[in-house]
Amino acid sequence: MRDMRIFDTNNTVVLGLIGFGGFLAVWTLLSLSGLIPSLFLPSPAAVVERFVYLLNHRFAGGTLVDHLGASMLRFAGGFGLAVLVGIPLGLLMGWFRLLDDIVTPLFDAVRFIAPIAWVPFAALWFGTGIGGPIMIIFAGAFPPCLINAYRGAKFADPRLIEAARMLGTPDRRMITEILLPSAVPSIIAGLRISAGLGWQSLVGAELIVASTGIGYMMVQGQGNVSTTTVMAGMIGIGIIGLVIDVVLRRVEEAILRRRGLSA
Amino acid sequence: MGAIRFDNVGRIYGNKQDGFEALKGVELEIADKEFMAVVGPSGCGKTTCLRFVAGFDRPTSGMVSVDGVKVTKPGPDRAVVFQQFALMPWKTVRENIELGLRNKGVPRAERRERIDRILALMNLTGYADAFPHQLSGGMQQRVSIARAYVLDPEVLLMDEPFGALDAQTRVVMQEELVRLARRNPRTVMFITHAVEEAVYLADRVAIMARQPGRVKEIIDIRSIREAERWDDHEKIEDVMDLESFVHLRTQIWRSLRQEKAMEIA
Repeated sequence: MRDMRIFDTNNTVVLGLIGFGGFLAVWTLLSLSGLIPSLFLPSPAAVVERFVYLLNHRFAGGTLVDHLGASMLRFAGGFGLAVLVGIPLGLLMGWFRLLDDIVTPLFDAVRFIAPIAWVPFAALWFGTGIGGPIMIIFAGAFPPCLINAYRGAKFADPRLIEAARMLGTPDRRMITEILLPSAVPSIIAGLRISAGLGWQSLVGAELIVASTGIGYMMVQGQGNVSTTTVMAGMIGIGIIGLVIDVVLRRVEEAILRRRGLSA
Repeated sequence: MGAIRFDNVGRIYGNKQDGFEALKGVELEIADKEFMAVVGPSGCGKTTCLRFVAGFDRPTSGMVSVDGVKVTKPGPDRAVVFQQFALMPWKTVRENIELGLRNKGVPRAERRERIDRILALMNLTGYADAFPHQLSGGMQQRVSIARAYVLDPEVLLMDEPFGALDAQTRVVMQEELVRLARRNPRTVMFITHAVEEAVYLADRVAIMARQPGRVKEIIDIRSIREAERWDDHEKIEDVMDLESFVHLRTQIWRSLRQEKAMEIA
Protein backbone atom coordinates (compact mmCIF):
# COMPACT_ATOMS: atom_id res chain seq x y z
CA MET A 1 0.00 0.00 0.00
CA ARG A 2 2.92 2.38 0.62
CA ASP A 3 3.41 2.73 -3.12
CA MET A 4 -0.18 3.92 -3.41
CA ARG A 5 0.65 7.13 -1.55
CA ILE A 6 0.68 9.00 -4.81
CA PHE A 7 -3.05 8.28 -5.12
CA ASP A 8 -3.74 9.70 -1.68
CA THR A 9 -6.75 11.99 -2.06
CA ASN A 10 -4.77 14.80 -0.40
CA ASN A 11 -2.38 14.75 -3.29
CA THR A 12 -4.73 16.53 -5.69
CA VAL A 13 -2.03 18.48 -7.48
CA VAL A 14 -0.15 15.30 -8.42
CA LEU A 15 -3.36 13.58 -9.51
CA GLY A 16 -4.31 16.60 -11.62
CA LEU A 17 -0.90 16.56 -13.30
CA ILE A 18 -1.33 12.84 -14.00
CA GLY A 19 -4.56 13.64 -15.83
CA PHE A 20 -2.91 16.34 -17.94
CA GLY A 21 0.16 14.18 -18.57
CA GLY A 22 -1.91 11.21 -19.70
CA PHE A 23 -3.93 13.38 -22.02
CA LEU A 24 -0.79 14.89 -23.58
CA ALA A 25 0.81 11.46 -23.92
CA VAL A 26 -2.17 10.02 -25.82
CA TRP A 27 -2.32 13.11 -27.99
CA THR A 28 1.43 12.95 -28.79
CA LEU A 29 1.29 9.23 -29.57
CA LEU A 30 -1.67 9.69 -31.87
CA SER A 31 -0.06 12.52 -33.82
CA LEU A 32 3.32 10.71 -34.01
CA SER A 33 1.73 7.46 -35.16
CA GLY A 34 0.87 9.09 -38.49
CA LEU A 35 -2.60 7.53 -38.41
CA ILE A 36 -4.19 10.97 -38.43
CA PRO A 37 -3.07 13.74 -40.84
CA SER A 38 -1.47 16.64 -38.96
CA LEU A 39 -4.09 19.04 -40.35
CA PHE A 40 -6.79 17.03 -38.56
CA LEU A 41 -4.81 16.62 -35.39
CA PRO A 42 -1.79 18.90 -35.04
CA SER A 43 0.91 17.70 -32.66
CA PRO A 44 1.15 19.29 -29.17
CA ALA A 45 4.49 20.81 -30.14
CA ALA A 46 2.99 22.49 -33.22
CA VAL A 47 0.12 23.87 -31.16
CA VAL A 48 2.44 25.21 -28.47
CA GLU A 49 4.62 26.77 -31.11
CA ARG A 50 1.58 28.43 -32.68
CA PHE A 51 0.37 29.53 -29.25
CA VAL A 52 3.68 31.24 -28.50
CA TYR A 53 3.76 32.78 -31.98
CA LEU A 54 0.26 34.20 -31.56
CA LEU A 55 1.20 35.73 -28.22
CA ASN A 56 3.26 38.41 -29.99
CA HIS A 57 2.12 38.29 -33.61
CA ARG A 58 -1.12 39.73 -34.91
CA PHE A 59 -3.68 37.41 -36.40
CA ALA A 60 -7.23 38.41 -37.39
CA GLY A 61 -6.64 41.94 -36.10
CA GLY A 62 -4.68 41.28 -32.93
CA THR A 63 -2.41 39.04 -30.89
CA LEU A 64 -3.79 36.17 -28.83
CA VAL A 65 -3.52 38.44 -25.80
CA ASP A 66 -5.56 41.16 -27.55
CA HIS A 67 -8.26 38.66 -28.44
CA LEU A 68 -8.38 37.17 -24.97
CA GLY A 69 -8.48 40.68 -23.54
CA ALA A 70 -11.47 41.62 -25.73
CA SER A 71 -13.22 38.40 -24.73
CA MET A 72 -12.57 38.92 -21.06
CA LEU A 73 -13.97 42.42 -21.23
CA ARG A 74 -17.21 41.07 -22.68
CA PHE A 75 -17.17 38.26 -20.16
CA ALA A 76 -16.74 40.73 -17.31
CA GLY A 77 -19.70 42.71 -18.63
CA GLY A 78 -22.06 39.76 -19.05
CA PHE A 79 -20.97 37.90 -15.94
CA GLY A 80 -21.02 41.08 -13.84
CA LEU A 81 -24.54 41.86 -15.02
CA ALA A 82 -25.67 38.29 -14.26
CA VAL A 83 -24.24 38.55 -10.73
CA LEU A 84 -25.69 42.00 -10.08
CA VAL A 85 -29.18 40.98 -11.20
CA GLY A 86 -29.22 37.27 -10.35
CA ILE A 87 -28.02 37.33 -6.75
CA PRO A 88 -30.30 40.08 -5.42
CA LEU A 89 -33.27 38.68 -7.34
CA GLY A 90 -32.55 35.15 -6.07
CA LEU A 91 -32.33 36.37 -2.46
CA LEU A 92 -35.54 38.37 -2.79
CA MET A 93 -37.30 35.33 -4.24
CA GLY A 94 -35.99 33.27 -1.35
CA TRP A 95 -37.54 35.66 1.17
CA PHE A 96 -40.73 36.96 -0.48
CA ARG A 97 -43.06 34.09 -1.28
CA LEU A 98 -45.14 36.20 -3.68
CA LEU A 99 -42.15 37.06 -5.85
CA ASP A 100 -41.08 33.41 -5.80
CA ASP A 101 -44.50 32.28 -7.03
CA ILE A 102 -44.53 34.86 -9.82
CA VAL A 103 -40.98 34.50 -11.13
CA THR A 104 -40.15 30.81 -10.66
CA PRO A 105 -42.45 29.29 -13.34
CA LEU A 106 -41.33 31.84 -15.94
CA PHE A 107 -37.69 31.37 -15.03
CA ASP A 108 -37.96 27.58 -15.14
CA ALA A 109 -39.26 27.78 -18.71
CA VAL A 110 -36.75 30.34 -19.98
CA ARG A 111 -33.61 28.85 -18.46
CA PHE A 112 -33.75 25.77 -20.70
CA ILE A 113 -33.17 27.88 -23.79
CA ALA A 114 -29.51 27.49 -24.71
CA PRO A 115 -27.58 30.79 -24.63
CA ILE A 116 -26.59 30.28 -28.27
CA ALA A 117 -30.28 30.30 -29.23
CA TRP A 118 -30.34 33.97 -28.25
CA VAL A 119 -27.73 34.83 -30.89
CA PRO A 120 -30.13 36.18 -33.55
CA PHE A 121 -31.92 38.43 -31.06
CA ALA A 122 -28.72 39.43 -29.31
CA ALA A 123 -27.29 40.61 -32.65
CA LEU A 124 -30.55 42.32 -33.56
CA TRP A 125 -31.08 44.10 -30.26
CA PHE A 126 -27.57 44.86 -29.08
CA GLY A 127 -25.35 44.52 -32.18
CA THR A 128 -22.33 42.32 -32.80
CA GLY A 129 -19.80 44.57 -31.06
CA ILE A 130 -20.02 44.33 -27.29
CA GLY A 131 -23.75 44.40 -26.48
CA GLY A 132 -24.79 41.22 -28.30
CA PRO A 133 -22.09 38.97 -26.83
CA ILE A 134 -22.74 40.43 -23.38
CA MET A 135 -26.37 39.44 -23.64
CA ILE A 136 -25.41 35.89 -24.63
CA ILE A 137 -22.95 35.58 -21.74
CA PHE A 138 -25.64 36.93 -19.49
CA ALA A 139 -28.06 34.27 -20.76
CA GLY A 140 -25.52 31.59 -19.85
CA ALA A 141 -24.32 33.03 -16.55
CA PHE A 142 -27.60 34.31 -15.09
CA PRO A 143 -29.47 31.08 -14.21
CA PRO A 144 -26.86 29.60 -11.82
CA CYS A 145 -26.48 32.98 -10.09
CA LEU A 146 -30.19 33.22 -9.50
CA ILE A 147 -30.82 29.58 -8.63
CA ASN A 148 -27.99 29.32 -6.12
CA ALA A 149 -28.78 32.62 -4.41
CA TYR A 150 -32.42 31.52 -4.23
CA ARG A 151 -31.62 28.08 -2.83
CA GLY A 152 -29.11 29.51 -0.40
CA ALA A 153 -31.72 31.90 0.96
CA LYS A 154 -34.56 29.40 0.89
CA PHE A 155 -32.58 26.77 2.79
CA ALA A 156 -30.96 29.14 5.27
CA ASP A 157 -31.00 27.69 8.80
CA PRO A 158 -34.57 28.31 10.04
CA ARG A 159 -33.28 28.70 13.60
CA LEU A 160 -31.14 31.66 12.56
CA ILE A 161 -34.11 33.19 10.77
CA GLU A 162 -36.25 32.75 13.87
CA ALA A 163 -33.51 34.30 15.99
CA ALA A 164 -33.32 37.27 13.63
CA ARG A 165 -37.10 37.69 13.61
CA MET A 166 -37.15 37.54 17.38
CA LEU A 167 -34.60 40.38 17.37
CA GLY A 168 -37.01 42.47 15.28
CA THR A 169 -34.91 42.40 12.10
CA PRO A 170 -36.62 44.25 9.23
CA ASP A 171 -36.87 42.67 5.75
CA ARG A 172 -34.02 44.61 4.19
CA ARG A 173 -31.58 43.78 6.94
CA MET A 174 -32.84 40.19 6.96
CA ILE A 175 -31.77 39.86 3.33
CA THR A 176 -28.42 41.62 3.60
CA GLU A 177 -27.29 40.37 7.02
CA ILE A 178 -28.94 36.96 7.40
CA LEU A 179 -29.93 35.47 4.04
CA LEU A 180 -26.96 36.74 2.03
CA PRO A 181 -24.29 35.45 4.43
CA SER A 182 -26.22 32.18 4.82
CA ALA A 183 -26.32 31.80 1.06
CA VAL A 184 -22.65 32.64 0.46
CA PRO A 185 -21.38 29.06 0.11
CA SER A 186 -24.22 28.26 -2.30
CA ILE A 187 -23.70 31.55 -4.16
CA ILE A 188 -20.00 30.89 -4.65
CA ALA A 189 -20.74 27.40 -5.97
CA GLY A 190 -23.22 29.12 -8.30
CA LEU A 191 -20.62 31.67 -9.40
CA ARG A 192 -18.27 28.88 -10.38
CA ILE A 193 -20.92 27.23 -12.52
CA SER A 194 -22.02 30.60 -13.79
CA ALA A 195 -18.50 31.66 -14.77
CA GLY A 196 -18.02 28.36 -16.59
CA LEU A 197 -21.27 28.64 -18.52
CA GLY A 198 -20.71 32.33 -19.20
CA TRP A 199 -17.22 31.76 -20.56
CA GLN A 200 -18.50 28.90 -22.75
CA SER A 201 -21.37 31.02 -24.04
CA LEU A 202 -19.00 33.87 -24.80
CA VAL A 203 -16.87 31.82 -27.11
CA GLY A 204 -19.97 30.41 -28.77
CA ALA A 205 -21.31 33.90 -29.24
CA GLU A 206 -18.05 35.19 -30.69
CA LEU A 207 -17.94 32.39 -33.23
CA ILE A 208 -20.95 34.05 -34.79
CA VAL A 209 -21.29 37.71 -33.95
CA ALA A 210 -18.09 39.40 -32.89
CA SER A 211 -15.35 41.06 -34.86
CA THR A 212 -12.70 40.61 -32.16
CA GLY A 213 -12.15 38.12 -29.36
CA ILE A 214 -10.84 34.65 -28.94
CA GLY A 215 -13.85 33.02 -30.61
CA TYR A 216 -13.50 35.31 -33.60
CA MET A 217 -9.82 34.47 -33.85
CA MET A 218 -10.67 30.78 -33.92
CA VAL A 219 -13.22 31.27 -36.72
CA GLN A 220 -10.60 33.11 -38.70
CA GLY A 221 -8.17 30.28 -38.02
CA GLN A 222 -10.76 27.85 -39.34
CA GLY A 223 -11.21 30.01 -42.45
CA ASN A 224 -7.46 29.89 -43.09
CA VAL A 225 -7.40 26.13 -42.47
CA SER A 226 -5.04 26.75 -39.55
CA THR A 227 -6.05 24.07 -37.07
CA THR A 228 -3.10 25.00 -34.87
CA THR A 229 -4.65 28.48 -34.46
CA VAL A 230 -7.96 26.93 -33.43
CA MET A 231 -6.21 24.73 -30.89
CA ALA A 232 -4.06 27.59 -29.58
CA GLY A 233 -7.35 29.43 -29.02
CA MET A 234 -8.74 26.44 -27.16
CA ILE A 235 -5.68 26.42 -24.90
CA GLY A 236 -6.16 30.12 -24.20
CA ILE A 237 -9.82 29.51 -23.31
CA GLY A 238 -8.90 26.64 -21.04
CA ILE A 239 -6.22 28.60 -19.20
CA ILE A 240 -8.50 31.58 -18.56
CA GLY A 241 -11.32 29.29 -17.48
CA LEU A 242 -9.03 27.50 -15.07
CA VAL A 243 -7.78 30.80 -13.64
CA ILE A 244 -11.35 32.02 -13.06
CA ASP A 245 -12.23 28.79 -11.29
CA VAL A 246 -9.13 28.76 -9.12
CA VAL A 247 -9.75 32.35 -8.03
CA LEU A 248 -13.37 31.60 -7.08
CA ARG A 249 -12.33 28.48 -5.21
CA ARG A 250 -9.80 30.48 -3.21
CA VAL A 251 -12.51 32.99 -2.29
CA GLU A 252 -14.80 30.13 -1.22
CA GLU A 253 -12.12 28.57 0.98
CA ALA A 254 -11.31 31.91 2.60
CA ILE A 255 -14.95 32.52 3.49
CA LEU A 256 -15.51 29.04 4.86
CA ARG A 257 -12.34 29.24 6.92
CA ARG A 258 -13.42 32.55 8.41
CA ARG A 259 -16.57 30.86 9.67
CA GLY A 260 -14.73 27.85 11.00
CA LEU A 261 -16.47 25.53 8.54
CA SER A 262 -13.39 23.92 7.03
CA ALA A 263 -9.98 22.80 8.14
CA MET B 1 -45.11 44.58 32.53
CA GLY B 2 -44.96 41.20 30.86
CA ALA B 3 -47.66 38.83 32.09
CA ILE B 4 -48.17 35.77 29.89
CA ARG B 5 -51.54 34.06 29.62
CA PHE B 6 -52.56 30.82 27.90
CA ASP B 7 -56.30 30.75 27.49
CA ASN B 8 -57.73 27.32 26.57
CA VAL B 9 -54.93 26.85 24.02
CA GLY B 10 -55.02 23.91 21.61
CA ARG B 11 -52.93 22.82 18.66
CA ILE B 12 -54.01 20.25 16.10
CA TYR B 13 -51.74 19.08 13.28
CA GLY B 14 -53.68 18.06 10.19
CA ASN B 15 -57.42 18.62 9.90
CA LYS B 16 -59.72 19.35 12.82
CA GLN B 17 -61.59 16.02 12.77
CA ASP B 18 -58.88 13.38 12.70
CA GLY B 19 -55.65 15.36 12.93
CA PHE B 20 -53.08 14.88 15.69
CA GLU B 21 -54.03 16.81 18.82
CA ALA B 22 -50.71 18.00 20.24
CA LEU B 23 -52.12 20.40 22.83
CA LYS B 24 -55.57 20.62 24.36
CA GLY B 25 -57.04 23.16 26.76
CA VAL B 26 -53.73 24.55 27.99
CA GLU B 27 -54.30 27.01 30.81
CA LEU B 28 -51.33 28.84 32.25
CA GLU B 29 -50.68 32.25 33.70
CA ILE B 30 -47.21 33.59 34.29
CA ALA B 31 -47.19 36.77 36.34
CA ASP B 32 -45.08 39.80 35.57
CA LYS B 33 -41.46 39.18 36.67
CA GLU B 34 -42.24 35.60 37.57
CA PHE B 35 -39.82 32.77 36.68
CA MET B 36 -41.89 29.85 35.44
CA ALA B 37 -40.23 26.55 34.58
CA VAL B 38 -42.13 24.09 32.42
CA VAL B 39 -41.28 20.40 32.70
CA GLY B 40 -42.82 17.41 31.01
CA PRO B 41 -42.10 14.26 29.03
CA SER B 42 -40.86 14.47 25.42
CA GLY B 43 -43.66 15.25 23.04
CA CYS B 44 -45.89 16.97 25.60
CA GLY B 45 -45.74 20.19 23.58
CA LYS B 46 -43.79 22.35 26.01
CA THR B 47 -41.57 23.78 23.30
CA THR B 48 -44.64 24.43 21.14
CA CYS B 49 -46.13 26.45 24.01
CA LEU B 50 -42.97 28.56 24.18
CA ARG B 51 -43.08 29.07 20.41
CA PHE B 52 -46.61 30.43 20.72
CA VAL B 53 -45.42 33.11 23.14
CA ALA B 54 -42.44 33.86 20.88
CA GLY B 55 -44.83 34.27 17.93
CA PHE B 56 -43.13 31.60 15.80
CA ASP B 57 -46.23 29.38 15.77
CA ARG B 58 -49.91 29.91 16.38
CA PRO B 59 -52.42 27.83 18.31
CA THR B 60 -55.34 26.36 16.36
CA SER B 61 -57.69 27.23 19.21
CA GLY B 62 -57.63 29.49 22.23
CA MET B 63 -55.36 32.48 22.69
CA VAL B 64 -51.88 33.29 23.92
CA SER B 65 -51.44 36.85 25.13
CA VAL B 66 -48.83 39.05 26.76
CA ASP B 67 -50.22 41.85 28.91
CA GLY B 68 -53.65 41.13 27.46
CA VAL B 69 -52.49 41.59 23.86
CA LYS B 70 -52.76 38.57 21.57
CA VAL B 71 -49.39 37.40 20.25
CA THR B 72 -49.31 37.48 16.44
CA LYS B 73 -45.65 37.73 15.49
CA PRO B 74 -42.13 37.58 16.98
CA GLY B 75 -40.60 40.69 18.47
CA PRO B 76 -37.79 41.93 20.70
CA ASP B 77 -40.17 42.44 23.64
CA ARG B 78 -40.14 38.61 23.92
CA ALA B 79 -36.51 37.57 23.61
CA VAL B 80 -35.75 33.90 23.03
CA VAL B 81 -32.73 31.87 24.13
CA PHE B 82 -32.50 28.77 21.96
CA GLN B 83 -31.14 25.37 22.92
CA GLN B 84 -28.78 25.42 19.94
CA PHE B 85 -27.74 29.06 20.63
CA ALA B 86 -28.68 30.22 17.08
CA LEU B 87 -25.86 32.76 16.85
CA MET B 88 -25.00 34.11 13.40
CA PRO B 89 -21.69 32.37 12.59
CA TRP B 90 -20.57 35.25 10.34
CA LYS B 91 -20.99 37.86 13.07
CA THR B 92 -18.63 38.49 15.98
CA VAL B 93 -19.90 38.29 19.55
CA ARG B 94 -20.40 42.05 19.60
CA GLU B 95 -22.18 42.07 16.23
CA ASN B 96 -24.48 39.26 17.32
CA ILE B 97 -25.48 41.11 20.47
CA GLU B 98 -25.73 44.38 18.56
CA LEU B 99 -28.25 43.26 15.92
CA GLY B 100 -31.32 43.60 18.14
CA LEU B 101 -30.20 47.00 19.42
CA ARG B 102 -29.63 48.26 15.86
CA ASN B 103 -33.07 47.01 14.88
CA LYS B 104 -34.48 49.04 17.76
CA GLY B 105 -32.63 52.13 16.53
CA VAL B 106 -30.43 52.50 19.61
CA PRO B 107 -27.64 55.03 18.84
CA ARG B 108 -24.12 53.73 18.35
CA ALA B 109 -22.57 55.13 21.55
CA GLU B 110 -25.36 53.72 23.69
CA ARG B 111 -25.12 50.36 21.93
CA ARG B 112 -21.43 50.14 22.73
CA GLU B 113 -22.02 50.99 26.34
CA ARG B 114 -24.90 48.54 26.80
CA ILE B 115 -22.98 45.73 25.09
CA ASP B 116 -19.87 46.33 27.20
CA ARG B 117 -22.01 46.20 30.32
CA ILE B 118 -23.75 42.95 29.38
CA LEU B 119 -20.43 41.38 28.31
CA ALA B 120 -19.02 42.13 31.73
CA LEU B 121 -22.13 40.77 33.43
CA MET B 122 -21.92 37.53 31.46
CA ASN B 123 -18.15 37.09 31.96
CA LEU B 124 -17.48 37.64 28.27
CA THR B 125 -15.21 40.68 28.45
CA GLY B 126 -12.35 40.21 26.02
CA TYR B 127 -14.37 38.05 23.64
CA ALA B 128 -16.28 40.84 21.88
CA ASP B 129 -14.40 40.34 18.62
CA ALA B 130 -14.40 36.54 18.63
CA PHE B 131 -16.57 34.53 16.28
CA PRO B 132 -19.02 32.02 17.80
CA HIS B 133 -17.11 28.99 16.48
CA GLN B 134 -14.06 30.11 18.45
CA LEU B 135 -16.00 29.83 21.72
CA SER B 136 -17.03 26.84 23.85
CA GLY B 137 -20.68 25.80 24.03
CA GLY B 138 -21.12 27.42 27.44
CA MET B 139 -19.69 30.70 26.19
CA GLN B 140 -21.84 30.61 23.08
CA GLN B 141 -24.90 30.21 25.27
CA ARG B 142 -23.74 33.15 27.40
CA VAL B 143 -23.60 35.23 24.21
CA SER B 144 -27.10 34.06 23.34
CA ILE B 145 -28.37 35.04 26.80
CA ALA B 146 -26.55 38.39 26.53
CA ARG B 147 -28.18 38.96 23.14
CA ALA B 148 -31.58 38.46 24.77
CA TYR B 149 -30.91 40.39 28.00
CA VAL B 150 -29.36 43.42 26.30
CA LEU B 151 -32.73 44.20 24.74
CA ASP B 152 -34.17 44.58 28.23
CA PRO B 153 -37.20 42.51 27.17
CA GLU B 154 -40.39 42.22 29.18
CA VAL B 155 -40.40 38.50 28.60
CA LEU B 156 -37.53 36.05 28.35
CA LEU B 157 -38.24 32.71 26.71
CA MET B 158 -35.69 29.96 27.28
CA ASP B 159 -36.05 26.68 25.43
CA GLU B 160 -33.85 24.13 27.22
CA PRO B 161 -31.01 26.65 27.10
CA PHE B 162 -28.56 24.40 28.95
CA GLY B 163 -29.58 21.16 27.26
CA ALA B 164 -26.63 21.17 24.87
CA LEU B 165 -24.02 21.87 27.57
CA ASP B 166 -21.88 19.45 29.57
CA ALA B 167 -22.77 18.87 33.23
CA GLN B 168 -20.17 21.19 34.81
CA THR B 169 -20.86 24.07 32.45
CA ARG B 170 -24.53 23.56 33.03
CA VAL B 171 -24.19 24.04 36.78
CA VAL B 172 -22.15 27.22 36.34
CA MET B 173 -24.73 28.60 33.93
CA GLN B 174 -27.58 27.76 36.29
CA GLU B 175 -25.89 29.63 39.13
CA GLU B 176 -25.23 32.60 36.88
CA LEU B 177 -28.80 32.63 35.66
CA VAL B 178 -30.10 32.63 39.24
CA ARG B 179 -27.92 35.64 40.06
CA LEU B 180 -29.02 37.40 36.87
CA ALA B 181 -32.69 36.64 37.43
CA ARG B 182 -32.62 37.82 41.07
CA ARG B 183 -30.75 41.01 40.28
CA ASN B 184 -32.69 41.89 37.16
CA PRO B 185 -36.01 40.05 37.31
CA ARG B 186 -37.97 39.46 34.11
CA THR B 187 -40.94 37.35 33.24
CA VAL B 188 -39.26 34.08 32.30
CA MET B 189 -40.70 30.98 30.68
CA PHE B 190 -38.05 28.28 31.00
CA ILE B 191 -38.49 24.92 29.29
CA THR B 192 -36.45 22.02 30.64
CA HIS B 193 -36.23 18.26 31.01
CA ALA B 194 -34.23 18.52 34.21
CA VAL B 195 -36.34 18.60 37.37
CA GLU B 196 -33.49 19.85 39.62
CA GLU B 197 -32.88 22.71 37.25
CA ALA B 198 -36.55 23.67 37.35
CA VAL B 199 -36.73 23.60 41.15
CA TYR B 200 -33.46 25.49 41.55
CA LEU B 201 -34.32 28.29 39.11
CA ALA B 202 -38.05 28.81 39.15
CA ASP B 203 -40.66 30.59 41.22
CA ARG B 204 -43.21 28.03 40.05
CA VAL B 205 -42.97 24.83 38.04
CA ALA B 206 -45.66 23.82 35.58
CA ILE B 207 -45.83 20.07 34.96
CA MET B 208 -47.19 19.06 31.59
CA ALA B 209 -48.78 15.80 30.54
CA ARG B 210 -49.00 14.34 27.05
CA GLN B 211 -51.52 12.90 24.62
CA PRO B 212 -52.91 15.42 24.43
CA GLY B 213 -50.41 17.94 25.82
CA ARG B 214 -51.79 19.96 28.72
CA VAL B 215 -50.75 21.58 32.00
CA LYS B 216 -51.35 18.99 34.68
CA GLU B 217 -50.11 20.60 37.85
CA ILE B 218 -48.40 23.75 39.05
CA ILE B 219 -46.02 23.60 42.00
CA ASP B 220 -45.11 26.69 43.98
CA ILE B 221 -41.39 26.88 44.73
CA ARG B 222 -40.96 30.51 45.65
CA SER B 223 -42.73 30.52 49.01
CA ILE B 224 -40.63 27.57 50.15
CA ARG B 225 -37.43 29.00 48.74
CA GLU B 226 -38.01 32.25 50.61
CA ALA B 227 -39.10 30.52 53.82
CA GLU B 228 -36.06 28.23 53.73
CA ARG B 229 -33.71 31.01 52.52
CA TRP B 230 -32.23 29.09 49.58
CA ASP B 231 -30.68 32.22 48.19
CA ASP B 232 -28.34 32.41 51.17
CA HIS B 233 -26.49 29.46 49.65
CA GLU B 234 -24.19 30.42 46.85
CA LYS B 235 -23.59 26.95 45.40
CA ILE B 236 -26.17 24.84 43.68
CA GLU B 237 -25.11 21.64 45.48
CA ASP B 238 -25.74 23.27 48.86
CA VAL B 239 -29.27 24.14 47.83
CA MET B 240 -29.80 20.68 46.39
CA ASP B 241 -28.87 19.17 49.76
CA LEU B 242 -31.64 21.01 51.61
CA GLU B 243 -34.53 18.89 52.75
CA SER B 244 -37.06 21.33 51.31
CA PHE B 245 -35.37 21.10 47.90
CA VAL B 246 -35.30 17.31 47.93
CA HIS B 247 -38.94 17.21 48.95
CA LEU B 248 -40.05 19.44 46.04
CA ARG B 249 -37.90 17.58 43.57
CA THR B 250 -39.40 14.27 44.66
CA GLN B 251 -42.91 15.65 44.44
CA ILE B 252 -42.34 16.71 40.81
CA TRP B 253 -40.67 13.41 39.95
CA ARG B 254 -43.67 11.50 41.29
CA SER B 255 -46.02 13.58 39.25
CA LEU B 256 -43.95 12.96 36.11
CA ARG B 257 -43.65 9.26 36.86
CA GLN B 258 -47.41 8.89 37.06
CA GLU B 259 -47.38 10.15 33.51
CA LYS B 260 -44.85 7.56 32.45
CA ALA B 261 -46.78 4.80 34.18
CA MET B 262 -49.92 5.79 32.35
CA GLU B 263 -48.02 5.77 29.09
CA ILE B 264 -46.83 2.21 29.59
CA ALA B 265 -50.23 0.95 30.77
